[in-house]
Amino acid sequence: MPIEFTLDFEKPIIDLQRKIEEMKSIASQDGVDLESEIMSLERKLQKLRVDIYKNLTRWQRVQVARHPRRPYTLDYLSKISQNFIEIHGDRNFRDDEAVVCGFAMIDGRKVVVIGQQKGHDATENIRRNFGMMHPEGYRKALRAMKLAEKFDLPVVIFIDTPGAYPGIGAEERGQAEAIARNILEMARLQTPIVITIIGEGASGGALGIGIADVLMMMENAWYSVISPEGCAAILWRDRAFGKQSADALRVSAPDLLELGVIDKILPEPPGGAHSDPNRAAEILKENIIAELDRLKDVPKNELVDMRIAKYRNMGIYKQA
Amino acid sequence: MIMLWFKKKNRGIQNDAQRKIPDGLWLKCDECGEIIYKKQLDRSYWTCPHCGFHFKVTSDYYIRILLDEGTFEVMDENILPKDPLKFKDRKKYVDRIEAAKKKSGLSEAVRVGIGKIDNITVSFGIMDFRFIGGSMGSVVGERLARAIERSLDMKIPLIILSASGGARMQEGILSLMQMAKTSALLAKLDDEKIPYISVLTNPTTAGVMASYASLGDIIMVEPKALLGFAGPRVIQQTIAQELPPGFQSSEFFQKHGFVDIITQRKELRKNIALMLRYLYRPADNIPSIIFSD
Ligand SMILES: [Zn+2]
Repeated sequence: MPIEFTLDFEKPIIDLQRKIEEMKSIASQDGVDLESEIMSLERKLQKLRVDIYKNLTRWQRVQVARHPRRPYTLDYLSKISQNFIEIHGDRNFRDDEAVVCGFAMIDGRKVVVIGQQKGHDATENIRRNFGMMHPEGYRKALRAMKLAEKFDLPVVIFIDTPGAYPGIGAEERGQAEAIARNILEMARLQTPIVITIIGEGASGGALGIGIADVLMMMENAWYSVISPEGCAAILWRDRAFGKQSADALRVSAPDLLELGVIDKILPEPPGGAHSDPNRAAEILKENIIAELDRLKDVPKNELVDMRIAKYRNMGIYKQA
Repeated sequence: MIMLWFKKKNRGIQNDAQRKIPDGLWLKCDECGEIIYKKQLDRSYWTCPHCGFHFKVTSDYYIRILLDEGTFEVMDENILPKDPLKFKDRKKYVDRIEAAKKKSGLSEAVRVGIGKIDNITVSFGIMDFRFIGGSMGSVVGERLARAIERSLDMKIPLIILSASGGARMQEGILSLMQMAKTSALLAKLDDEKIPYISVLTNPTTAGVMASYASLGDIIMVEPKALLGFAGPRVIQQTIAQELPPGFQSSEFFQKHGFVDIITQRKELRKNIALMLRYLYRPADNIPSIIFSD
């Protein structure tokens, strides 16, 4: 069931959509021939989508990345993979449902999948903790990665989180240690890791499952050291400065490509992934397959050396 | 990845050893409120003789009490901050850097190099909270990366003393990547079985805590330091309830299994040296100045 939710800048699109729907119902009820008018409006709609979406500001993209109808990990998995079987728990504390782990086949390629999962409604969001993982979630993900390494399967990861959960239990069970450990272990994992940021990539919460041979980012996703509002609260002393903060932090895909942090931007259909989830999934699938096939014959030790070298060289400084 | 610091807390952020006291002779303890004679503090490693509270001290002070006298050779000072994002909030990042340099007399938030502890040559890195809250940007990441590589090349132990509010926002995603950079190199150090002792001081949080600070073979911390991933204020806002007393302290993290050794400042050098004797076998039999066999 589609959630009624419209972003400010989507309003002209929604208004035009409504108008087209109205004309269609008039045409069918009263038998008036409006076909050419409808077709011309549909062309206009397509153009409007393209125009609006190609000029989005960083802050608007952040809103698109958070759109409640945006496809999440399980939505994509159901579209791009077969025979998915989920595994649960960190074998230590509990099963963290903010992250989904399991095995799947992508056009016959067997992989381990890991992805942060948000809920499409309030009930599911509570169960998924809005995609905010606890330490046991990071440890479950690491367990899945170790299985992948042991049984020679590549790892496919989807990042979509507003952050690692800040809570008492999370601190008691070592949120910082869990993230740090994952970064270290992912750096030396002896199997390919292909990651796509599909929505929100907030800080350490994203990085805790974020070390990759190939890091791709969907066109309207964001990835940052801190959320724009969090940064605004500290540096502008006001969360309302999210827009300024998003620009200053440079959180959008083109920024990250320019800074050498991501390898590839995956285009979204005009109107964003939520306007055409099937097309978004097709693009995602093509790119994951291409990267898996490219990495599959690279010797494991070379792969790890290249991965560590890639991260070792990140950063911009002066050498006097 | 950034610990929130608010006005109320800011008092503790200055270095107590440098704080100007009206008459210059007395200091009030932040923890118990007792008035302490400064000379007495200096003799007791800047810890309160009444309650044991550890005052913040500068990186110079730690270098003096931890390393064998005159052995620290500072390196990589030519690695200096740039402003890759041309970042500006209410202030320009470049101005914050200049102010931090002036205030601390340092070129960045970490110093790295080679020194000796109890005659054992180590690769040493030490952060300083005075430099933009000890935040980690590209320079901190690069200098530490070189410190780790020196450990690898020379097969000598790595000691990093942390004091940091986390990643440096003004360098955006690049500062987050420094967590990956340092931790990835620590994987190599681990593969080579070269010991790494991580020493945490007040405070060590967020992006630094969620990377190299938490990855020591042995983790030591001074008493009653503030540690953790998320800031207490953020947690309080998220869960909308009061935080338990002692939450996110050294003692809290030891109780929950994330810190090996809580050590008084005056015992820190001895404890690091002792761990080195257990974890590390240098090529020559280097005599100890501290321990008798
Ligand atoms: Zn006291």
